[in-house]
Amino acid sequence: MRFNALESMSFFTSNNTNVNRGSTRKSTNLPTMAVVKLFGTWLSPYVYRVIWALKLKGISYEYIEEDLSNKSPLLLQYNPIHKKIPVLLHDGKPICESTVILRYIDEIWPQNPLLPADPYDRAVALFWIKFADDKSPLLSKLYRTEGEEQQAVVKEWLEMLEAMEEHALIEGKKFFGGDEINMVDIAFCMVAYWLGLIEDFAGLKIFEPHKFPRVSAWIQNFKSVPVIKDNLPDTDKMFALMKHRREMLLTSKSN
Amino acid sequence: MAEEVVLLDFWPSPFGMRSRIALAEKGIKYEYKEEDLRNKSALLLQMNPVHKKIPVLIHNGKPVCESLIQVQYIDEVWHDKAPLLPSDPYQKATARFWADYVDKKIYDLGSRVWKTKGEEQATAKKEFIESLKLIEKEIGDKPYFGGESLGYVDVAFIPFYSWFYAYEKCGNFSIEAECPKLIAWAKRCMQKESVAKSLPDQQKVYDFILQMKKHFGIE
Repeated sequence: MRFNALESMSFFTSNNTNVNRGSTRKSTNLPTMAVVKLFGTWLSPYVYRVIWALKLKGISYEYIEEDLSNKSPLLLQYNPIHKKIPVLLHDGKPICESTVILRYIDEIWPQNPLLPADPYDRAVALFWIKFADDKSPLLSKLYRTEGEEQQAVVKEWLEMLEAMEEHALIEGKKFFGGDEINMVDIAFCMVAYWLGLIEDFAGLKIFEPHKFPRVSAWIQNFKSVPVIKDNLPDTDKMFALMKHRREMLLTSKSN
Repeated sequence: MAEEVVLLDFWPSPFGMRSRIALAEKGIKYEYKEEDLRNKSALLLQMNPVHKKIPVLIHNGKPVCESLIQVQYIDEVWHDKAPLLPSDPYQKATARFWADYVDKKIYDLGSRVWKTKGEEQATAKKEFIESLKLIEKEIGDKPYFGGESLGYVDVAFIPFYSWFYAYEKCGNFSIEAECPKLIAWAKRCMQKESVAKSLPDQQKVYDFILQMKKHFGIE
């Protein structure tokens, strides 16, 4: 990742900080740079993964909301390859891709570790994180499709849930991380929250608790964790926006 | 306890090659088991029940699945020799980013080059070359992505070099003409024993691709 242009950006002030969650700015005449900045959008599960990790570690950061229909020059500069959020900026250096960011956060700030210390346990955790990552396009596919196309996506969702139920959640574990949440729990967040919302506005019923009792219990446990519960996108706002987006998408498809 | 390492693999798999290279770099003795993917072994299905795919690394009876996770695991467990990931967290993040880029772009775009024809193939070729050029920039002036020695991104990416001849023949183009620096890097990697003995002959891979095309009914 290139960041040689950042030297010239050392006095920049964020152009769009409507959510300032613990900036490290001091009230002096000199402009200061927050040590940690997060570029995101308020409804993205990938962004929330990073927010939760930062909060679990007690790291202050400045949040910058991006308008993805009008990406800021800064975003394009920090993530020229993918041009996506989230992007974490640490001491002026950008880190892209939410899982890469999570692992970076876990290494820089070792308190409250998000991955097991044992190499084998860590390999297993990373397997499930990759599994969750590989399946994550299913979320947007679900609300962008209808009819037969959507049914194919629903089938994939059910296969994912079955894998989680049969292989990922060993009997008796409260979280993937054991007694506390870890990176694996965070990685599966779309199952815990975003799936339900899409089911509601798309009029689907994919997740039946009695068919997936372990996953169901995990969802309840996950959503009860204070840092998760207190940091989720507004349900009504998201419902309205996603429903509208789906209607627009499907209308433009049929035209 | 004696270390028991088994690798379930399939000879043309670039993902399997990654683990072969990592094991060779560390000088680890292991048992290589060739899988017939049309007739998967009970061991494979047991060790990777979720995906039923190779490669699977079995260390003292415990399976590690997903090639990049295997490479990281090998690097951690046998950390005293030939480190593949840098120790600096930011450099580590950069390495992971590019390995992820290889996974997301190179394999899929390359597959489209040999699986399609006509306009679809023309588009696939264009995007494939663009992605190769992007990653080529990342080498800079260094001999390897990892700097002075073979690193994580090198291991993640070099296996695809064994497929370049097949891509070129199927797509009727020259990768060297488009990305000379990349080919120079690849040839440099191939001079390493760990790489040379882990990658199959390019003609052999091409013959395999031709068989696959016949099987899938692609001209």
